[in-house]
Amino acid sequence: MKIDASQPLEYGTEENRNRIFGFWLFLGAEIALFATLFTVYFVLADRHASGPSGAEIFEITPVLLETFVLLTSSFTIGLAVHAMRLGLKKQMMIFMIITLLLGAGFLGIEIFEFFTYVHEGVTLSTSAFASSLFTLLGTHGAHVTFGLLWGTAILIQLKKYGLDHSTANKSFIFSLYWHFLDVVWIFIFSFVYLKGLM
Amino acid sequence: MKWDEFFVTGEPLIYGAMVSIVLVSLAILFGLTYYKKWGYLWREWLTTVDHKKIGVMYIICALIMLFRGGVDAIMMRAQTAAPDMKFLDGQHYNEVFTTHGVIMILFMAMPFIFGLMNVVVPLQIGARDVAFPKLNAISFWLFFAGAMLFNISFVIGGSPDAGWTAYFPLASIEFSPTVGNNYYSLALQISGIGTLLTGVNFIVTILKMRAKGMTLMRMPMFTWSVLITCVIIIFAFPVLTIALLLMMFDRIFGSQFFTMANGGMDMLWANLFWVWGHPEVYIVILPAFGIFSEIISAFSRKNLYGYSSMVASMVVISGLSFLVWAHHFYTMGQGAMVNGFFSITTMAIAVPTGVKIFNWLFTLHKGRISFTTPMLYSLAFIPIFTIGGVTGVMLAMASADYQYHNTMFLVAHFHYVLIPGAVFAVIAGFHYWFPKVFGFRLNEKLGKTAFWFIAISFNVTFFPLFFLGLMGMTRRTYTYSAETGFGPLNMLSMVGAIGLAIGFILLVYNIYWSTRYQPRDKTGDPWDARSLEWSTPSPVPVYNFAVAPEVKGRDAFWFSKKNNEPLSNEKITKIHMPSNTGKPFILGIAFFFLGFFLVFSWWIPSIIAGIAVLIILATMSFDRDHGYYIPVEEIVQTEQKLRGDTV
Amino acid sequence: MFVIFTLLLSGCSSLTVLNPKGPAARTLSDTIIFSILMMIGILVVVYVLYIFMLTKYRARKSNEGYEPPHEEGNKWLEILWTAIPIVIVAILSVVTVKTTVAVEKVPEGYENQKPLVIYASSSNWKWHFSYPEEGIETVNYVNIPTNRPIEFRLYSFGPITSFWIPQLHGQKYAMSDMVTKLNMVADEPGSMLGRNANFSGEGFAHMEFEALAMSPADYEEWVKDVKDTAPELTQDEFNKLLKTEHVGRMTFSTNHLEFSPPPEGHHHGGDSNGNEEHQGHKELHPDPATTEETEFDSESNVNPDEPLPTSPAEESSTHQHDGH
Repeated sequence: MKIDASQPLEYGTEENRNRIFGFWLFLGAEIALFATLFTVYFVLADRHASGPSGAEIFEITPVLLETFVLLTSSFTIGLAVHAMRLGLKKQMMIFMIITLLLGAGFLGIEIFEFFTYVHEGVTLSTSAFASSLFTLLGTHGAHVTFGLLWGTAILIQLKKYGLDHSTANKSFIFSLYWHFLDVVWIFIFSFVYLKGLM
Repeated sequence: MKWDEFFVTGEPLIYGAMVSIVLVSLAILFGLTYYKKWGYLWREWLTTVDHKKIGVMYIICALIMLFRGGVDAIMMRAQTAAPDMKFLDGQHYNEVFTTHGVIMILFMAMPFIFGLMNVVVPLQIGARDVAFPKLNAISFWLFFAGAMLFNISFVIGGSPDAGWTAYFPLASIEFSPTVGNNYYSLALQISGIGTLLTGVNFIVTILKMRAKGMTLMRMPMFTWSVLITCVIIIFAFPVLTIALLLMMFDRIFGSQFFTMANGGMDMLWANLFWVWGHPEVYIVILPAFGIFSEIISAFSRKNLYGYSSMVASMVVISGLSFLVWAHHFYTMGQGAMVNGFFSITTMAIAVPTGVKIFNWLFTLHKGRISFTTPMLYSLAFIPIFTIGGVTGVMLAMASADYQYHNTMFLVAHFHYVLIPGAVFAVIAGFHYWFPKVFGFRLNEKLGKTAFWFIAISFNVTFFPLFFLGLMGMTRRTYTYSAETGFGPLNMLSMVGAIGLAIGFILLVYNIYWSTRYQPRDKTGDPWDARSLEWSTPSPVPVYNFAVAPEVKGRDAFWFSKKNNEPLSNEKITKIHMPSNTGKPFILGIAFFFLGFFLVFSWWIPSIIAGIAVLIILATMSFDRDHGYYIPVEEIVQTEQKLRGDTV
Repeated sequence: MFVIFTLLLSGCSSLTVLNPKGPAARTLSDTIIFSILMMIGILVVVYVLYIFMLTKYRARKSNEGYEPPHEEGNKWLEILWTAIPIVIVAILSVVTVKTTVAVEKVPEGYENQKPLVIYASSSNWKWHFSYPEEGIETVNYVNIPTNRPIEFRLYSFGPITSFWIPQLHGQKYAMSDMVTKLNMVADEPGSMLGRNANFSGEGFAHMEFEALAMSPADYEEWVKDVKDTAPELTQDEFNKLLKTEHVGRMTFSTNHLEFSPPPEGHHHGGDSNGNEEHQGHKELHPDPATTEETEFDSESNVNPDEPLPTSPAEESSTHQHDGH
């Protein structure tokens, strides 16, 4: 394994560089995936049949809270990577833990939001609009959930093996993933909630 | 659920299939135990991360699937060979043409291409393996899990029956209440994830792992075609992922995406399906173009004519492939202007395709053409595929398509594109690269006999269908009356189908015969070919290249032979290799069960299987195995043994 | 050779698609033959080059030592075989757009006539034809007057189907959430085969109907006959009929449009054709339609439980014989 000392730790080996490049490609596929979901949502957004429309069920408070929590977590994962670059393992882990906690908080509010909808009589099978809303939000939420599990696994590895080429690489890729989820959320916030409330 | 609902019952054909599946499985288990091959199977195949072996496994699966899809095809042709045939009933016929379509495209053509890609691409670019060998194994086992899941529907629960396009609302739970279409959505989903990962893997491999000196414009044409194909995969397959997800939600969780009530929209499925479906055609056709480019150049003993325009035309095709999907449903009533737009984009694809045809013809020009088996398939491709191409232009004309749509004319067209395009290509590639992997050529005489059977019978089978279409025979019709006058041409088509079957049986027999009797090839370069893969000994050792080659231009190996310059002057050093791992295989099994339980909506087992998937992924993440080194002495010994000389 | 081929194609009357009985199908048939000729031209060029290359440059004993030259390509040749296909595609594009626009509209020369509107809807594996103007309905056969524009409005009570009378026009989808339209004219009397072209399940193969073009006078007589003799179509009976998988021909003196309106104007239809207001036919043909509808509205309430008749099928076939 050739190690390139002039590069940051996470880019240090050829394998590491390939992984990061490969993950960017994977994010390209994820963009296509969410773009499809958004298209489906836009096509079906007005087809709420006898069920309520978006304007009738959306509430701005929990959504603003979700947005705030997720944006903050994106900031803290950035700090974690910054700490990693400085070689500060402990600080890095603290920032990662904060990120994951904020992620869990986001998920909690989202689950609460879903319960509210169901309580108001809107379920997956109410209308085409409801189906596409739940699927778009749910797919994002599932990504966050997977991120929580993945992030936890990386944290354990950091603790167990310390900060090396492998764990640094994984942490960095995880941060890319987390930022991506944040970007997707901004689109959801703008084009689902704000547009729906207007 | 009762057991008689769980297993498909009531059909003698299916009972026969069940018995034969059980017997074959028992025979395999017995054989493995008797010859003590379990360890060998596990060590050498199930746990392998070697791109060549993964490629071979893809191709074996593809050949088995070719047989399954071929049997479906013969049954369809037999049922329609004469008016009012009673061989299959309507339901059974619908299942047969659905599985024929799905299997041939997704579980035969794609894995065959992926198999050749796996075997050849790293060798062509002078790499030791793909960028992510373990991920490559995961891709294969996910494909395999999907393929098994799809095929098991034949005996457990019932096959999908709404066509390979699975149009809604026909494919909804209301009109297709069996679990068949659940199998469709889950099997395709699982293998689709594998395909997406393959796409990522090969882009990184090709962009990051090329030999020194191999710029993009010095890459062999097959590698170029694979690169472009993988870009298409990355943008097209997520659309399928979502479409299948929505289908699964509609069928299993009661969502309302494509339903007839509550605002559902059946046309949305058709759009999503074809936004993926049309690029999918190019995912199988572009690598085929790459294979033909390699073979035509090698057996004309000439470099490929118009290299840059070949690359450019593929890039243009890949871009246009995303802009033509609505030509699959001109008749949906979207108005003349929309149809006009899609007509023009579709016909525009003929331009870069035409460029390729002429470049191939001019590669032959002033060449010295030898008619080997792979070359015969490649040469037969040109005239036959051109018929497929020009009829494609005819279908692209929206107005005329109102008359061709859903008819046998369309069926004839896409078989004229996909069989010479994809099937001839993979068979040609199979014959061409076979000696690289196994160290001996397939028998030429048997190969050529099979070729003539296949090439002639193909035309006998499918040319009549153009006329049947113009006579008004619709596709997917399981029976017709004598007054229609469809009988004689369908009978002719049946005769052709039998010829095709004989051809494919000869092809498989050739593998058996050649394994036993063909002389071994010691040169590593039996065809006197041009690209880097032929510079290695055959069969290729696990590390591919004893020393990494260095490239100074296109057709590097050809010029190294001609100018008597070695591809590298470096000394042999120890080689780093990835370790084998059984986890991808186990992950495939977990995904299979996850899919199977979801098909039947068995929630608790589904959740358990889902957790198993996550646990396996976690253990893979915790893996700290960084591979092993092959020492110099071992490399030198291997090279001497394979080449029969000193290095 | 081209001439022979054209004669062969058009002379062969069994090629239904190339044997049109109306202006729309004639336009399509001409387009198809034009494109076939053009494609044969392309094939000839490719085949001649191909045969030339294979015969001239095959490996022989005599050229054993021959080493082919290294050729990168030729800029001008490559531009040539890019440019010529572009020209061909451009020509075909113009033809395509022109003919597509033409066949979507009422055929040329018939624009001034009031079109006869017929709703064709599919359920399971049968076709219902409702004549809003006449107030009658048929199943699995449709009679139309010659030399008058017919506007079929298509929709489905289930899976997507495709309405196709090859000798009159190409096909178009019938779907459950919108109405699509197909304009055509039959210019000679005669019986033609119509069918669903889009796979729609188990009984798809048998989903055929007869389209019978008859002179306007015969058509009027047939309509009058149906109104006088055929039974009414009640809502219950229609619902029963929808569930039935296959039936023979049926004829009714009222139609289902009143109690089961077509999905017009519910959703966007993709183009202006589909955007018509619900029950737009009333506005188009105010006089006969309104009277007709009030008439069978009251009638349909009189006899709600009429059993599923089998006789109308026979009746209608006798009418056809009269019509000839």
